[in-house]
Amino acid sequence: MNLATVSLAYLRARALNTTLNVLLLALGIATITLLLLATSQLEERMQRDARGIDLVVGAKGSPMQIILSSIYQLDVPTGNVSWKQAQELARHRAVKKMIPLALADNYRGFRIVGTNHDYAEHYGVRLAQGRLWQAPLEAVLGAEIAARTGLAMDATFIGAHGMGAGEREGDVMHETHSYRVVGVLAPTGTVVDRVVLTDVASVWAVHADQYDIKDVARIAELLPDDEKELTALLIQYSSPLAAAILPRYVNQNSEMQAASPAYETARLFSIIGVGIDVLRGFALVLILAAGLSVFIALYNALLERRYDLAVMRTLGASPARLMTLMLFEGALLAGIGAALGLALGHVLTELLGVAFKAAKQVAVTGWAWVPEELWLIGLALAVGIFAALLPAWRAYRTDIAGTLARG
Amino acid sequence: MFDLRNVRHAYDGAEVLKVASWQVEQGSQWLVLGPSGSGKTTLLHILAGILKPTAGSISIAGEGLTALEPAELDRFRGRNIGIVLQRLHLVPSLTVMNNLLLAQYLAGLAQDRARVREVLTSLGVSDKADAYPHELSFGQAQRVAVARAVVNRPKLLLADEPTSNLDDVRCAQAYGLLESQARACGATLVVATHDQRIKARMSNHYELKEQP
Repeated sequence: MNLATVSLAYLRARALNTTLNVLLLALGIATITLLLLATSQLEERMQRDARGIDLVVGAKGSPMQIILSSIYQLDVPTGNVSWKQAQELARHRAVKKMIPLALADNYRGFRIVGTNHDYAEHYGVRLAQGRLWQAPLEAVLGAEIAARTGLAMDATFIGAHGMGAGEREGDVMHETHSYRVVGVLAPTGTVVDRVVLTDVASVWAVHADQYDIKDVARIAELLPDDEKELTALLIQYSSPLAAAILPRYVNQNSEMQAASPAYETARLFSIIGVGIDVLRGFALVLILAAGLSVFIALYNALLERRYDLAVMRTLGASPARLMTLMLFEGALLAGIGAALGLALGHVLTELLGVAFKAAKQVAVTGWAWVPEELWLIGLALAVGIFAALLPAWRAYRTDIAGTLARG
Repeated sequence: MFDLRNVRHAYDGAEVLKVASWQVEQGSQWLVLGPSGSGKTTLLHILAGILKPTAGSISIAGEGLTALEPAELDRFRGRNIGIVLQRLHLVPSLTVMNNLLLAQYLAGLAQDRARVREVLTSLGVSDKADAYPHELSFGQAQRVAVARAVVNRPKLLLADEPTSNLDDVRCAQAYGLLESQARACGATLVVATHDQRIKARMSNHYELKEQP
């Protein structure tokens, strides 16, 4: 027997009301938890994918589209850039390293990324099986693709042109040139898990028929440089100063467009942020409503319990103890609501992650924690205690003799 | 056991109680008699230390009640005074056992389930330990209320109109319970009543006059 037992007994005695209050609070907390988990994981994931890439150069168009298409493999590319211009840019003194990307096709919705071994090295990939590509049309599968499509070593597959999964009528399939799997990557937790890596020349190879080239293995030699095209270039600066020079150089002296991953992802988050703020506001309204509901519940309980409180005083309870009892009850309601809300938030996030996974989007998991959740618990407890303040004060001021004399 | 001197109480300037002098021996049993509105309940509340009189001094078991700090008074009340209220007022959301444990807990005493069972047994309601108050008959609830008042072995046991609304048999039973329980823990018993039936049962009477 202690204050907790008494509080719990009172909460149990009003089970329906207690449940409603707990649920109301839990919904608010769950919504915020979901937002916290999803945004923190998305942000972390996006930062991880863009780490070490100072600038992306693509065809003229929206810088954000360039970033989305070439770093995150989410959007369609803005167009192609010429091989020769890319080579010129690679020699610029502000460029430390340049990774070429040639994006054209996909396999069942997963991007086929033509690049060089620098790309694999940049994301620190490890091979689970086989080796990296050495020739055009040799493919290395990201971990998720291997797991989801069931493609194994030495399997062959054909790419579909563009972003579509080759399932719609009219999707162009490159049937004459099939890829062969030569390696499978271990999971990296980055965008690489969801792409098929191959040589830049593969992209030219599948279109070799247009140039009347039969020997696709030697396509890089046979194709005239004027015909060679890339989609985007991932660039690492040679010095911090490059940030001031290179974007302007690219935009003014070439037909290409420079896009800063840091700037564009920040812009993206500020756009998404509006939606997140609206949801967060909504969740806070829910929590405030829960606080109000807890207040009403405790205030009514106080009226119902005025004799109990007076009797407790006759049994030796000090006014401070009755006050503590009411505050404890508010905190207990809030604590249960917060615990339930956090659990619910994590489960919802996990469900969302499963749904995202099916849509080949960025992975989100509910089995991760963020430090802000501690603040949420604090917020919930503060709301519960604040809602209990006035009832607690009224309990503190209970006039024992007056109450008992009336009843 | 207790000593009241020149105790007076007024509500909004209207005097409702006046006790010039009243001294009582430890273990004695008293009836406070008087018609409705004569201040019986007020006197009982003052004795219980839940009402501070407008004037006068009270000492109980050698302790000057009016001089105690509020927190000390709460503590003193919990440990030394047992009260049986007219409407009983058991805590409805707690079981009988927990109602009695609550009395020990709030008094700052060790929670002693054996003592609770002993008191319930002596009042013949030990089988109701896990029942909730709404599951009890009035007679059982009254026994539990008496049990709660005596579980901490008080020095002073107070009862407010314990026998109103009871038939003669139950009236005698209720009174017998208070008497025997007070004797069992050596407590002084003060019963405030306007019930003339129990007047004959106790020799010590303190009569309150209706205030003009």
